[in-house]
Amino acid sequence: MSALPSDESAALDGILQRHRHDPTRLLQILIDAQDIAGWLPAPVLTRIAAGLDIPRARVEGVAGFYSFLYTRPVGRYRVLFSDNITDRMLGNAELLDALCRKLWIEPGKMSEDGLVSVTTTSCTGLCDQGPAMLVNGQAIGQLNHRRINEIAEMIRQQRPLELWPAEFFQVDDNIRLKGALLGLEMAPGEALKAAIARGPEGWLAEMQASNLRGRGGAGFATAVKWASARNAPGELKVIVCNADEGEPGTFKDRVLLNRYADLVFEGMSLAAWAVGAGEGFVYLRGEYRYLRPQLEAVLACRREAGLLGKNILGQPGFDFDIQIHLGAGAYVCGEESALIESLEGKRGTPRIRPPFPVIKGYLGRPTVVNNVETLAKTCLVALHGGADFAATGTAQSAGTKLISISGDCAMPGIYEYPFGAQISRILEDCGASDTQAIQVGGASGICLASYEFQRRIAYEDVPTAGAFMIFDGTRDLFEVARAFIHFFAHESCGFCTPCRVGTSLLKGFMDKLADGHGAKADLNDIDWIDRLLKNASHCGLGSASPNPVIDTLQKFRPAYERRLVSLDFEPAFDLDAALAEARQLTARNDPGAHLKTHEEEEEK
Amino acid sequence: MTKQFLLDGQPVPFEDGQTVLEAARAAGHYIPSLCWHKDFPPHGSCKLCVVKAAGRHVSACATPAKEGWEVESNTPEINGERRGLLQMLLVEGNHFCPSCEKSGDCELQALGYEYEVLTPRFRHFFPDRPVDASHPDVLLDFNRCIFCELCVRASRDIDGKSVFALTGRGIDKHLVVNAESGRLADTDFAKTDRAANICPVGVILHKRVGFAVPIGERTFDLATISEKTLKEGSS
Ligand SMILES: Cc1cc2nc3c(=O)[nH]c(=O)nc-3n(C[C@H](O)[C@H](O)[C@H](O)COP(=O)(O)O)c2cc1C
Ligand code: SF4
Ligand code: SF4
Ligand code: FES
Repeated sequence: MSALPSDESAALDGILQRHRHDPTRLLQILIDAQDIAGWLPAPVLTRIAAGLDIPRARVEGVAGFYSFLYTRPVGRYRVLFSDNITDRMLGNAELLDALCRKLWIEPGKMSEDGLVSVTTTSCTGLCDQGPAMLVNGQAIGQLNHRRINEIAEMIRQQRPLELWPAEFFQVDDNIRLKGALLGLEMAPGEALKAAIARGPEGWLAEMQASNLRGRGGAGFATAVKWASARNAPGELKVIVCNADEGEPGTFKDRVLLNRYADLVFEGMSLAAWAVGAGEGFVYLRGEYRYLRPQLEAVLACRREAGLLGKNILGQPGFDFDIQIHLGAGAYVCGEESALIESLEGKRGTPRIRPPFPVIKGYLGRPTVVNNVETLAKTCLVALHGGADFAATGTAQSAGTKLISISGDCAMPGIYEYPFGAQISRILEDCGASDTQAIQVGGASGICLASYEFQRRIAYEDVPTAGAFMIFDGTRDLFEVARAFIHFFAHESCGFCTPCRVGTSLLKGFMDKLADGHGAKADLNDIDWIDRLLKNASHCGLGSASPNPVIDTLQKFRPAYERRLVSLDFEPAFDLDAALAEARQLTARNDPGAHLKTHEEEEEK
Repeated sequence: MTKQFLLDGQPVPFEDGQTVLEAARAAGHYIPSLCWHKDFPPHGSCKLCVVKAAGRHVSACATPAKEGWEVESNTPEINGERRGLLQMLLVEGNHFCPSCEKSGDCELQALGYEYEVLTPRFRHFFPDRPVDASHPDVLLDFNRCIFCELCVRASRDIDGKSVFALTGRGIDKHLVVNAESGRLADTDFAKTDRAANICPVGVILHKRVGFAVPIGERTFDLATISEKTLKEGSS
């Protein structure tokens, strides 16, 4: 076992102590430990394993799972460009290149002096103010060449992030249209008082009457989920707020957490009151780490006000508190059972279900996992009653929905609509014109072509977790789908065969088409993989991963077909491209260093 | 009265809590598996056991049987998917059967024959996975790993050692051993461990016993994997 420098060793001991040497806090410990040196050297993992009395291999297994944990050195300045399709449309690739050139580094490689590394990351949830990046976890939006120049300069001067211009780190809420939730002004505790007055059963009945359904994607009835957890055997019950918001193009939870945190926490307490839960977690995606200090401050205020802790609002036995757990760059951890694994300090691998989390969740305890927006909305139910809540929306979709609008439009941002809002109306409101297509619900959602814009946002028509990305007539829908497939291949947890291998194969086929080597036979293989992913995947990530390709193949087939060079078969292997490395090594690029492509030969 | 479901039209009796796979095999019907093992809880990762129950795809190894279900397993559609999954596993790793000591005893290879894998179909990934020959008695050839986690589970739950774990994510997922050096020799692994004797493919190989049983007389030279599985199930 190699030794650690003594100051690092002391810092590590402090971290382990703060986390009570508790293995379920492994992920939190790794995140904190990484702050010491910026990455996790092998002896640190060994030391953590010893400190927690768990096998080192398990620590290495967890450290290797999360994108934001590094078991190899990275620059003291870690620059991650958000790489959602909306960032790409705003020119993030060019800005990344420019920054790398200014810093004399290659993308993905650390500079030789260890100063800086620059690469891409999945959507960081700043699509309304992109292109965006994270520098050592701090978000910067509205990137342009001027900003990139300044950033390069400050990195070269090794200026600490605290001394960078404050406006760089300003994240706007961009709330464009307020409805019942965003317009609500509520003193902390008011909703909770109303629910307590009704008693847990009366409060659950109110929730039942509201017909509130989950806003995190699946649309499960919230009252049913709560009742199942309430009735499940077990003394200790758990409420989890799913703030992983990893779906590309979604950023409404970011805004709720930034400006309406009290509503979210109050919603968690309301859930705890209904379920009889004593313990609450917010699973906050690593990309939103910068929100943590202010969220902790709100929690402290609520404890102070008797809204968290023991005997809440004077109710004997109503004990409930909330802690924040950070994620570390893994979209799959938004899936509720993977989230729970991650909360337990493990790799974020989705569990076999049944048993469902409401029966056996966090540490085997009945666990309710709800989306940020779902929880905030329960305040409306508590304040105004279930019937009032159900009066808005459509037959199967009660209430309003927050939509995160980005892409080709004049006013990207957050819009709150009653369910049933027509796509065409939304497009008009945000100032979109010449719209060719929209992607609703993120990468795993659906792609709608212009002939479908009379459809409505509702569980029974176009369901959505909140993303709404707009593509105008200049955009290439094949490239949109390809970007999403890259996303899924990057985010697959790798547990099951169809998704682990299938998303990578699909990515390979899309790249082959993009490189001009596509053939008709490839479209058949793509079809086949799409179906296998849908059918045989272990979780929703894999089964939704082919959606972008399925939709665009059906609705924008010419975007694929014009890329085919052969109607039959065409190898992916490109002899000339295989020589690229040799050309780079020998600094040659003359005609003699190239092989003729077969088209040229045919012309002779 | 015992409960039953229909498997490809044939009645299969089951007891409460039994999975589709267990009940089917007990009744003499073969459903393939790779990551499932009778001594462990279901894992549900390889998806070879995929069946269609009441119109929905499920993993037979992890799904409790239900009264009156109609389950499709031995159909062109499902067998086609299984063939595809096997092809995926074969292109994902580096599988050169003729030079592999496990050839003839390997479940992946045997399933390849069972489901008529005649071509790789997809491009090979050719991953770079160095071999670990550090241990005196056991060789690790990671090139062939299919991530069934049987070694991980056996070492943790039976041997009480946790010699193995998975790290990385997605297509970069890989096996590591419980040592800072990354070498098996620096762990407390022993060739008598259950984990040393459970790998369904040719990753965890005992040294100095190569070709003790000649090709032609090995497990799946004598019986196909479906025949062997059903025979063991009924004995
Ligand atoms: C791959 C994947 C990612 C998900 N990501 C999120 C997420 O970031 N936030 C979220 O609330 N739900 C997410 N979900 C849905 C959750 O599994 C779960 O259904 C949801 O949190 C339940 O909350 P709700 O009932 O309030 O909607 C995801 C599901 C899958 C399959
Ligand atoms: S479908 Fe993908 S993300 Fe889900 S368990 Fe399988 S490999 Fe993991
Ligand atoms: S080494 Fe063998 S037993 Fe272990 S995960 Fe890989 S294939 Fe399975
Ligand atoms: S045997 Fe069922 S998933 Fe592997």
